[in-house]
Amino acid sequence: MTLDLILLQTFTGLALGSILVLMALGMSLIFGMLTVPNFAHGAFYMVGAYAGVVAFRLTDSFVAALVCAPLAVALLGFAVERTLVRPLYGRGLDYPIVLTFGLAYAMIEIIRILFGKEGIPFETPEFLQGAVSLGFGYFPLYRLFLIGVCVVVVGALYLCLEKTKFGLVVRAGANDPEIVRVLGIDIRTIWMLIFGLGTGLAALAGLLAAPMRGVTPEMGIPVLVEAFVVTVVGGMGSLAGASVAGILVGVVMSLTSLFSPKFAELSMFALMALTLIIRPRGLFGRPGLTG
Amino acid sequence: MTAITAQASSTSWFTLLARRRVALAILALAALLFVAPYEALATNIIIYGLFALGCNLLLGYTGLLSFGQAAFFGLGAYGCGLSIVHGGAPVLVALAIGVVSAIFGAALIGAMVIRSRGIYFAMVTLALGQCVSAILYEADFWTGGENGLRGIAASVANFGVFKVNLVDPTQKFFFVLAFVALALILVERLLASPFGITLEAIRENEKRVIACGYDAQATKWLVFVLSGAICGLAGALYAIHLSIVPIDIVNYHNSGLVVMMSLLGGINTFFGPFIGAAIFLMLEDVVSKFTSHWQLVVGLLFIALVLFFPRGVWGTLLARMRSRS
Repeated sequence: MTLDLILLQTFTGLALGSILVLMALGMSLIFGMLTVPNFAHGAFYMVGAYAGVVAFRLTDSFVAALVCAPLAVALLGFAVERTLVRPLYGRGLDYPIVLTFGLAYAMIEIIRILFGKEGIPFETPEFLQGAVSLGFGYFPLYRLFLIGVCVVVVGALYLCLEKTKFGLVVRAGANDPEIVRVLGIDIRTIWMLIFGLGTGLAALAGLLAAPMRGVTPEMGIPVLVEAFVVTVVGGMGSLAGASVAGILVGVVMSLTSLFSPKFAELSMFALMALTLIIRPRGLFGRPGLTG
Repeated sequence: MTAITAQASSTSWFTLLARRRVALAILALAALLFVAPYEALATNIIIYGLFALGCNLLLGYTGLLSFGQAAFFGLGAYGCGLSIVHGGAPVLVALAIGVVSAIFGAALIGAMVIRSRGIYFAMVTLALGQCVSAILYEADFWTGGENGLRGIAASVANFGVFKVNLVDPTQKFFFVLAFVALALILVERLLASPFGITLEAIRENEKRVIACGYDAQATKWLVFVLSGAICGLAGALYAIHLSIVPIDIVNYHNSGLVVMMSLLGGINTFFGPFIGAAIFLMLEDVVSKFTSHWQLVVGLLFIALVLFFPRGVWGTLLARMRSRS
């Protein structure tokens, strides 16, 4: 067990964490704005990977797939918000949870019908194959790319939410939708856009994970649980929380698997239990959001 | 809710029936043996109904949506199964061990989750439930891991005075029913007690309950443990019923299914969970004969329920009868 190995594994954790960050950001955005806990987030992640496979087959370009798949899933998100989620506003947390849980069931089964139960292998695109030297060892180029994409997306999201007029409305809407509506802003459209944005982020995460983990109808199930843990550790409704906790959970899991692979999954839960005992609202959790 | 409205209205036939709801429930469950196409399905229904009853104690009466109840179902099943497979315990002892393991699990997890509210509660119970699932999966030397726990030899339950032959499906059904009936009586007593009233008060307005001087945290923890015990009993009976424990039953999907059964029947109702379990499992039995895409039906059923039938089948029926009488 050398220092180089530990550093290398930390980078693997960063790559794993990047995917979790994208997932948790989407979930946190949707919950922070709409107070809808999206239990179908893992299913959107999975559909994103499949949409990416289709886009890749059509265009033969991974970059094109990276753009198309999230957009397609965002459109699906719009439709879901408009038809299924919208009737539930103001009916508490339980009904949206059960609805999205059922939605995940239906989405997984529809994908199984369309693409088969076995899943599809997804090769790392050619220009991202190989490894680069980081000074302490060779690291797969694709994972570095993954970390880069995540940094860019989080940066763009931060700028969008903090520096634009749209972001201002979003933040105001998360604080007090009633007042925003009184000011003459159509909050429902904003909610629909946010749901689309969140599911689009999940789709991006799914497609980015595809070359590492493969594409199967069930691929979203473990990720959903991991994203929950990240959201609980980071604090619901906080973008900084989702980012920090995502990286933290990723690194903790991959370092644990270096010492004992069996305990990798358990380490994540241990981290969550610890957070709950010390800070029940999560690292960056805002009071008030959770009642 | 039911108890309060029953006292308020005049003594119509409906209120008379409502007062004898435990006895009626047990009779109705016994009649399942003749309604269900085969005995094993009837046994399955009352076990899942019991599981949903335990879940509904949290969801319907206390207003806590837990997505981790499958962990306690699983702990009950594994506790019972392991003590038979590795310890050679008699059936009744094994059942008790199963329930006690579920109680321990619920006490521990309950202590961690009870401070979280709303969405956190659902997410944390789900995550910790998955944690239990991961432990049982990894301890494959004991539990059989992915293959599930096999070879649970439970053919006779010895009550001292008489013996029940568990190989006979009808006798097994009544053996399970006896425990379900016990749980029903217990829950009925509980709901009629001051403790039960406190639960419903917490559901309606927790802050006010605290302001009135009740210890809401302790009450919630206790009901979490009780719910875990009932789910554990259901799991232990399931292990006896199937003679194997599949690892899938500990997965959070099972928690989701049991939430859905409660909703399908109607939360806030006493007998709803059993109705929900019966409809769900019979539907599954019929639909899976025609298509392998049963899960799609489940998903659509979830969505339709939430959008169009939030009160559930039994809840809607009860509301109709109440307004008529």
